[in-house]
Amino acid sequence: MKKALYGILALTMAASLAGCSSKTDNGGNDGGKENTPAAAGPDTEKGEGVMTYAEYADANVDDKVTIEAYVQAKQSWWDNKGTFFAQDADGGYFIYEMQISEDDYKKLVEGQKVKISGYKAEWSGEVEIIEAEYEILDGNWIAPAKDVTADLNTDKLIDSINQKVVFKGLKIEPAEFTEGGGVYEVYKNEAGEDQGYMYKYNGTGAQGDDVYFTVSKDGVNFTFLVRSYLTDSSTDVYKAAEAFEIGKTYDLEGFLYWYNGANPYITNIKAN
Amino acid sequence: MKKLIKVICCALLIGSAGVMAGCHGSQGMEEHAVPEIFDESKPHELVFWAKNDTNRTQTAIYEKAISDFHTMYPNVDIKIRLYTDYSNIYNDVITNIATNTTPNVCITYPDHIATYMTGVNTVVALDDLMNDSKFGFGGSEVAFDSPAVDEVIPEFLDECIIQDAHYAIPFMRSTEACYINKTYVEALGFELPEVMTWDFMFEVAEAAMAKDADGNFIVNGQNVMIPIIYKSTDNMMIQWLAQKGAEYSDDAGNILIFNDDTKEIMYESAKHGATGAFSTFKISSYPANFLNAGQCIFAIDSTAGATWMGTDAPLVDISPDQIVEFETAVRMIPQENPDQPLMISQGPSICIFNKSDPQEVLASWLFAQYLLSNDVQIAYSETEGYVPVTSKAQDSDTYQDYLAREGEDNGEHYAAKIQASRLLLNNTSNTFVTPVFNGSASLRQAAGQLIENAVKSARRKETVDDAYCEDQFTKVTSLYHLDQISAETAGSDDLGPLPTASKTLLIVLVVTWILLGIAYAVPMLKKAKQ
Repeated sequence: MKKALYGILALTMAASLAGCSSKTDNGGNDGGKENTPAAAGPDTEKGEGVMTYAEYADANVDDKVTIEAYVQAKQSWWDNKGTFFAQDADGGYFIYEMQISEDDYKKLVEGQKVKISGYKAEWSGEVEIIEAEYEILDGNWIAPAKDVTADLNTDKLIDSINQKVVFKGLKIEPAEFTEGGGVYEVYKNEAGEDQGYMYKYNGTGAQGDDVYFTVSKDGVNFTFLVRSYLTDSSTDVYKAAEAFEIGKTYDLEGFLYWYNGANPYITNIKAN
Repeated sequence: MKKLIKVICCALLIGSAGVMAGCHGSQGMEEHAVPEIFDESKPHELVFWAKNDTNRTQTAIYEKAISDFHTMYPNVDIKIRLYTDYSNIYNDVITNIATNTTPNVCITYPDHIATYMTGVNTVVALDDLMNDSKFGFGGSEVAFDSPAVDEVIPEFLDECIIQDAHYAIPFMRSTEACYINKTYVEALGFELPEVMTWDFMFEVAEAAMAKDADGNFIVNGQNVMIPIIYKSTDNMMIQWLAQKGAEYSDDAGNILIFNDDTKEIMYESAKHGATGAFSTFKISSYPANFLNAGQCIFAIDSTAGATWMGTDAPLVDISPDQIVEFETAVRMIPQENPDQPLMISQGPSICIFNKSDPQEVLASWLFAQYLLSNDVQIAYSETEGYVPVTSKAQDSDTYQDYLAREGEDNGEHYAAKIQASRLLLNNTSNTFVTPVFNGSASLRQAAGQLIENAVKSARRKETVDDAYCEDQFTKVTSLYHLDQISAETAGSDDLGPLPTASKTLLIVLVVTWILLGIAYAVPMLKKAKQ
């Protein structure tokens, strides 16, 4: 009897403690890598009142837009606002701070089809849908990464804005930054050495911040990053970026975000 | 064996109680009392949360300050965590109050401190420390050249008073400035006055919207022109209301913003938002980028953003081929009455979180005070259009020499940066702050949201009229929980009934203690009977 009583006491306290612990699920720092079955292909027919990607692309900033697309990667959920990338057969979308409960945000697994109505906006070149409302639809499709290596440094690259893309065979250069516009400075780590990555755009950050790195193709340098909100420091891609070796080449997959120019968020790194 | 089980159960209970106490944060810490001595043999590891504008020089200054302080006080190690956004510091502090893991020293805003103060003695009231003859400002036992209390600019120090006590000390001060493409203003046929009115700015902005036959803007020959971009619409609403003599809030925590003057500001914002003459950071992006590309004429931002403004700005966020040549003028924000200018005083302050060890708090205070020494004040203020918060630093030969060298180069002595600093130095008596209370940070957000929404609606060709404004008042009240801010509540909120989970936990605790009592009492009684 006593043993049973002590056992109950211990279990009771353990249960109390469990209730005390904080909930750690952030609902979206996995880069949208949930395991869900992917259908063969995306629906190409749109519902009534839904824009094609071409119609969306032609719409003016501040126009009301309605699209149907498939969630590809979730960036963040905070204060009942979710931000994520979505894509249909013809183009990519960035849905910014859409009002959504945490429970519903969890339902937006990779590949989940959604209907989004909101306003088209543009912020520093990034085209996005803001003040969106949503409807979760039946359907699932995970977009393959589109090879845009040949489009780097061309006007054609922006045609793939917000899509899942891959850049193949890019060489890692010493991480560099510019604060004076065009004049680049190579980042030096605490040991005074060049490094293949740095935290924050100018190396002032610390682990947990965005990881910036410089890649080159045909002698031209570009700045890419691993966005910590999208894939945090616990993810494989974040760790892979921290292990970049200068001079080595990699295939870099991610989402073509735009900030005063191409600013890809890399979500998968494969060494050549 | 039975004893062992008992011991394990007791240990579990005691440990659990401790952990659960931790879970719920500090319900009330002892008020900090200034120790008689600072025990320099006792090691302390302090945590300092700071904001650095992603500026490498600012980071280096913080690191040097920590290192220099450690040289003077070898028993104090300081770990810094850098943020680029005050709101992130705020969110993290709120989270860490609940687990009693606040930093020791924190850069923050008084509005935020008012919320931190919902816990009893969570934030240290600094009056006793400031005025202590040994460890206070200019104290006899302070190991560095500390400013005297009357050398801290009174206006800035007063801003740190919450509920009749100083819960912070100022670290840096800035205000807002209007960075102007003077070349374009004159090309449009206007002469830029020393003090602009809102009417003047909007008149120039509308004139800049004229296009040629190809659809390009005549003033810049480009297809993009947003003549006015305001970075902080919170500040825009607050300052314009103050200039109008209109109500916003009061010291008792009453929300007074929902009035006709606010509606007038929303109408004016919407009117020029509809034509494209006016936009905001949230809608369009950083004012500096548009200004430097010749796509904006009036970029309104903090004086602490001056190094990004102008053709020759030392910090640039766009490619060099996009930058346009123009003359940059720095002016105070537009005014209702140029003869009686009013502008906000802003900038980081420093607060100290209470800890159970008074020596640790004293170490925190000494470091906070060190941040007001000339070495730190002058170096940090020169990184941006900040001004030092002490007359000791402002009047020093080093700082005066810095000011005198305005425009000598486009780095340390970048003209727009020093002009921005001078703007505040010359107008300290024309600055104001809004009342601080638990919820004032939310009210500030709501103020900006009213302008953001009005502009967005106007751009979407929606009607912005009295009914619209009333609807927006209701919406922001709900969104920012302004209806839950009760007057006279700063720091003493009635938190309402306990949540169900908390009640359950308490009940479980009580039942467990009763069962434990029984577990002990029954064998004792049996033994007594025997």
